[in-house]
Amino acid sequence: MSQEQILSSDGIPLEESLKKAERKNKLKAVLLVAPLFLFLLIIYVFPIGDMLFRSVDDRMITKMLPKTFQAMENWDGQDLPDEPVYKAIYEDLKYLKENKTYGKIIARLNYEKSGFSSLIKKTVRKLKKIEEGNYKEQFIKIHKRWGQPEYLVALKNAAPNWSYAKYLKGMDMRFDQDRNIVQVEEDRRIYKILWMRTINVAFWVTLFCFVLAYPISHLLATLPMKYSNLLMICVLLPFWTSLLVRTSSWMVLLQQQGPINDLIVWLGLAADDNRPELMYNVIGTFVAMTQILLPFMVLPLYSVMKTISPSLMRAGKSLGGTPLVSFVKIYFPLTIPGIGAGCLLVFILAIGYYITPALVGGASGSLISNTIAYHMKSSLDWAFASALGTMLLVGVLAIYWVYNKLVGIDNIKLG
Amino acid sequence: MALPNHTPLNYRIWHYTYLTFCGLVFFFLIAPLFVILPLSFNAEQYIHFSAKMLALDPEGFSLRWYEDMIYGTKNPWGLATKNSLIIAFFATIGSTVLGTVAALGLSSRHMPYKAAFMALLISPMIVPLIISGTAIFFFMAKVGLAATHTGIVLSHIILGTPFVVITVTATLSGFDHSVTRAAASLGSNPVNTFMKITLPLIMPGVISGALFAFVTSFDEVVVVLFLAGLENTTIPIQMWVGLREQLSPTIMAVATCLIVMSTLILVSAELLRRRSERLRGINH
Repeated sequence: MSQEQILSSDGIPLEESLKKAERKNKLKAVLLVAPLFLFLLIIYVFPIGDMLFRSVDDRMITKMLPKTFQAMENWDGQDLPDEPVYKAIYEDLKYLKENKTYGKIIARLNYEKSGFSSLIKKTVRKLKKIEEGNYKEQFIKIHKRWGQPEYLVALKNAAPNWSYAKYLKGMDMRFDQDRNIVQVEEDRRIYKILWMRTINVAFWVTLFCFVLAYPISHLLATLPMKYSNLLMICVLLPFWTSLLVRTSSWMVLLQQQGPINDLIVWLGLAADDNRPELMYNVIGTFVAMTQILLPFMVLPLYSVMKTISPSLMRAGKSLGGTPLVSFVKIYFPLTIPGIGAGCLLVFILAIGYYITPALVGGASGSLISNTIAYHMKSSLDWAFASALGTMLLVGVLAIYWVYNKLVGIDNIKLG
Repeated sequence: MALPNHTPLNYRIWHYTYLTFCGLVFFFLIAPLFVILPLSFNAEQYIHFSAKMLALDPEGFSLRWYEDMIYGTKNPWGLATKNSLIIAFFATIGSTVLGTVAALGLSSRHMPYKAAFMALLISPMIVPLIISGTAIFFFMAKVGLAATHTGIVLSHIILGTPFVVITVTATLSGFDHSVTRAAASLGSNPVNTFMKITLPLIMPGVISGALFAFVTSFDEVVVVLFLAGLENTTIPIQMWVGLREQLSPTIMAVATCLIVMSTLILVSAELLRRRSERLRGINH
């Protein structure tokens, strides 16, 4: 027996009509989100993709020495290549010399193998003396390195359009001439230290923030409204104040002749002519970042603690638990969501911090962000800056993913 | 929080230790801001408390650094303020409109892949600014918008929208949808319903999101550092440059003005939050 279809007023089956309405609503919701989504896609997601692309893009050298790489394709990389390769190098270098653009390849090739700089410079200088025919012999005469296979192997190794060499550099590793991945020399391992310091600072700042924020969030959540509102200003005013203002106040406090050093001298902990350096090192970074990020820990903790009924603690007491036991067994477990939210948020913010370490951190207190900025603005190694940025981004997105799983993005509360 | 008379001594000690600790943390949070205020009125050129200041001698104080801030030629604070306000104004409008509209869609129960969209739309708040700055710089340089106000405004819209999306979706979570249905049943078209019914009800959330967007843009320095030319200098950029050279009392004067501004914003944000909670019927 077939069930009789219910019809809506205009004669269409209700089920169909409902589906149509649902589809319409769905489309409406999507259309509302679409403008921001597209805007973000074009000005944000696409540029970040472009940044990833830049970090592995290594086409410059292939574009500048096209004939060389074409000629090298038939060479096995064992003994010295034959005449056509040298002829191709000659033609490529001649073209670059005429356009005065050979400077770029020197840096790139020298990164592949040191010694290329003088090799290319000398060759370019003597290029006009080279006569047609027998290029190989003439090249070796100009510089004996043209007769050493390892330089030509290094040149061949620079051929691929894509390279993850910048990522290796960011982890203190490199390719040796046989394309094996090796660690760089002991005294040149700077990025591992930098990553460790960044993670270290982020970890300790998060821990300090937690230790400082937990008691005051508890106080704010348990005090009567009229007092807690007043104290909340102490948390919210720094939260709303410009980051640069807060950093500059720490620069005032931590400077050598500043109030904190005055206090240390007054307490007799240090001699007046031997004031401790509190700024331009990792201490400054720690103290300033902890204070600046503290509100981001207090707010999620507070909003969770606010929902915990005080009668639970009283119930714990009435059942014979000491305050400590009731705290450990009842209160603390209930605050764990807030702890998770606060710690992840502070850690994410701390790991990418730039302004404060740059101003109060000095050399020993600078973090990975500062290095990215350095390579963007000073050394102009944009590919390397992009690679470091991508590595940082992957780390942050991983924590963001965990945050989303544990806390849920829609549970972020502001103010 | 007075303790009852019968409280044992060790609890008493514990309780007062806890209160002292909290007091110290509050002090740690708020005190650094107040160091700046007196120093901006320093009559001398140094950034520490002079003997005259400590003795509260009127001669130790002066307004000369405020004068320098307004009339001084060394730092173009006037241009910076103008730029900051223009950029923040347009960025706020852009983020508020885009963010509010998107939040309306995200709050609809018909929205597919809600969590994924939300995670993406919030991401500019989570991704370190240095990465956003790098990526946006490459893009703006490519399309020829580097060192223009437009480029900076567009990137600040990106950075501001997450705040608007968060505050407006939070307000919409307590929104009673039967009122819009009532309006529709009375013959109102969707646009009219939105303008007359929905918008006034979610207004506190929209304004508080707009405040966040404004502050984000007004205070943003990393992206502007990458994008700005000399013409586009902003207050944060001038402060950044000044702080890198040396601490000057003029910067303290600017900082004081910014603290006054943030106090005003804090008060308005707080009032809005309370109004929003009252409208949504949340009572403490």
